[in-house]
Amino acid sequence: MLPPPIAIRVATEWLAARARWQPLEVAFWIVAFAAIWLFPDRHLILTEITWLGLFALSLDLILGYAGIISLGHAAFFGLGAYAAALLAKYEIINEPVLALLVAGLAAMALGFVTSFLVLRGSDLTRLMVTLGVALLLRELANRLGWLTGGADGLQGVSIKPVLGMFRFDMFGHTGYAYSLTVLFILFLIARRLVNSPFGLSLMSVKGNPLRASAIGISVDARLIAIYTVAAGFAGIAGALLAQTTSFASLEVFSFDRSADLLLVLIIGGAGYLYGGLIGAIIFKFMQDYLSALTPQYWPFWIGLVLVVIVLVGRDRITSWTAPFRRIASHLNWRALARHVAASSSERR
Amino acid sequence: MAVALETINLVKRFSGIVASNNVSLQIAKGARHALIGPNGAGKTTLINLLTGVQRPTGGRILLDGEDITGLSTHERVRLGIVRTFQINQLFNDLTPLETIGLAVSERRGQGLDWWRIVGSRPDLVAEVVEILERFHLADVIDKRTAVLPYGKQRLLEIALAIACRPRLLLLDEPAAGVPEDERHEILAAVAALPADVTVLLIEHDMDIVFSFADRISVLVNGALFVEGSPEEVARDPRVKAVYLGEEVADA
Repeated sequence: MLPPPIAIRVATEWLAARARWQPLEVAFWIVAFAAIWLFPDRHLILTEITWLGLFALSLDLILGYAGIISLGHAAFFGLGAYAAALLAKYEIINEPVLALLVAGLAAMALGFVTSFLVLRGSDLTRLMVTLGVALLLRELANRLGWLTGGADGLQGVSIKPVLGMFRFDMFGHTGYAYSLTVLFILFLIARRLVNSPFGLSLMSVKGNPLRASAIGISVDARLIAIYTVAAGFAGIAGALLAQTTSFASLEVFSFDRSADLLLVLIIGGAGYLYGGLIGAIIFKFMQDYLSALTPQYWPFWIGLVLVVIVLVGRDRITSWTAPFRRIASHLNWRALARHVAASSSERR
Repeated sequence: MAVALETINLVKRFSGIVASNNVSLQIAKGARHALIGPNGAGKTTLINLLTGVQRPTGGRILLDGEDITGLSTHERVRLGIVRTFQINQLFNDLTPLETIGLAVSERRGQGLDWWRIVGSRPDLVAEVVEILERFHLADVIDKRTAVLPYGKQRLLEIALAIACRPRLLLLDEPAAGVPEDERHEILAAVAALPADVTVLLIEHDMDIVFSFADRISVLVNGALFVEGSPEEVARDPRVKAVYLGEEVADA
């Protein structure tokens, strides 16, 4: 008994629309890449935004899609940063892209091992466990002074040209183009992943783990998988920091970094992939602007923003941007085509 | 009689309380078996033991003669033991289309596909739409589950279990909370279940039990009390005594 083809077509079309690129998304990436030529004097801060955005994207994968909250995501970021810096310092892998991959794999390995700690327990348990792991790694890096440089950080790192062609410069020109390319590729992978059956199953695990297992989903295996992938993303973000600054210090593991990250994702909103990127842009420019104005009051302003978000978002704090996204979703290709047609007929 | 599911001396204790007491139950292949009993008789515990949500203190569970006592919930689902819930357990932020699509792709072993876009398999979409139409959900395929009327959610609850293509379906009070005038849709869906699917129905409503079941087990204080055809159970004075709240005669 087959359903009528029209019903299947409606369903197929609706599912295809879920994953379709929207005009605003295309515009976002065009602007990001255009900034390589448009704002050459802002490349240093743009580079920071890029790795912070990637780092927040990583947190979004576990928090926004799988519901795992973390206050220790800097563990993976830090491991990636040290891995990239050490690989370059001891000239083990000289080519930055390859080193980036290795740093990502190292972070994935750590993510896989520690994922078993976040499988069970409440949000509070997970906060404490992830926080603990990050603290452990920080202290480990501190103790292994002979390798990591301890509290002084890892000095004397020199990063070779990307693909043997593009030399890093002190204005961040290469750094931005390089980081943005990496971010874009990883974003494409993440976008593909969350729109796949696997991504859908993550949302079901987040929404109702009891029912997810009752339809045959191995909840633990899915959580381990996404936690491992997200750790790799975070590791690559850390490696980008180390490569674009030629430096790694204990600060990469710091609690502040994990906490700021959560803030970045909350500012942008979780669960639609762009939240981390938009959050990173707002966070960095706000920090830049406000600390130039009154250096000592930066924490005050960021605290105020957080309080306002909580008041607006109430109990759905991670998706307080949802109303704005609904408005933005009205700008789809059809609306755009209509608009273009209307304005061109006016001109005639 | 071919046996689909069998429990052997199943025991579950919770710190002193015996929730399941030596339950040895046999469910025939293709049966419409009902499990009844007063509140606190241990029906929910038995379902949890059968689906692997809880581990028994003692005893064994066999599916088609194979021991599945040690398997986890999702492994049992893959073997064909699927349940519905008395209180809806759905994915509130997903649509019926996504919900059923999820179950179908898991059943086909395609749930780990991470490079393929959801909905890019035409035969899968066709199957999902067929299930949604069969359960009168075709008009709400793109609505968030949270905003669906209760009756539709109840249908989705059953459709989701069917999408897993069960061999043994555990229906936990399928019509619970559904208003009288919407019940027929649910009951029709239950009655139209494929004949080769073995069904174990847990139900309070005796009208539903007696119109649906070809065999009835009565559970009292965690133990099997009476078992037989609907006629036998209806005639049994001990069952009447239990349901009228009288002192339970020693079985």
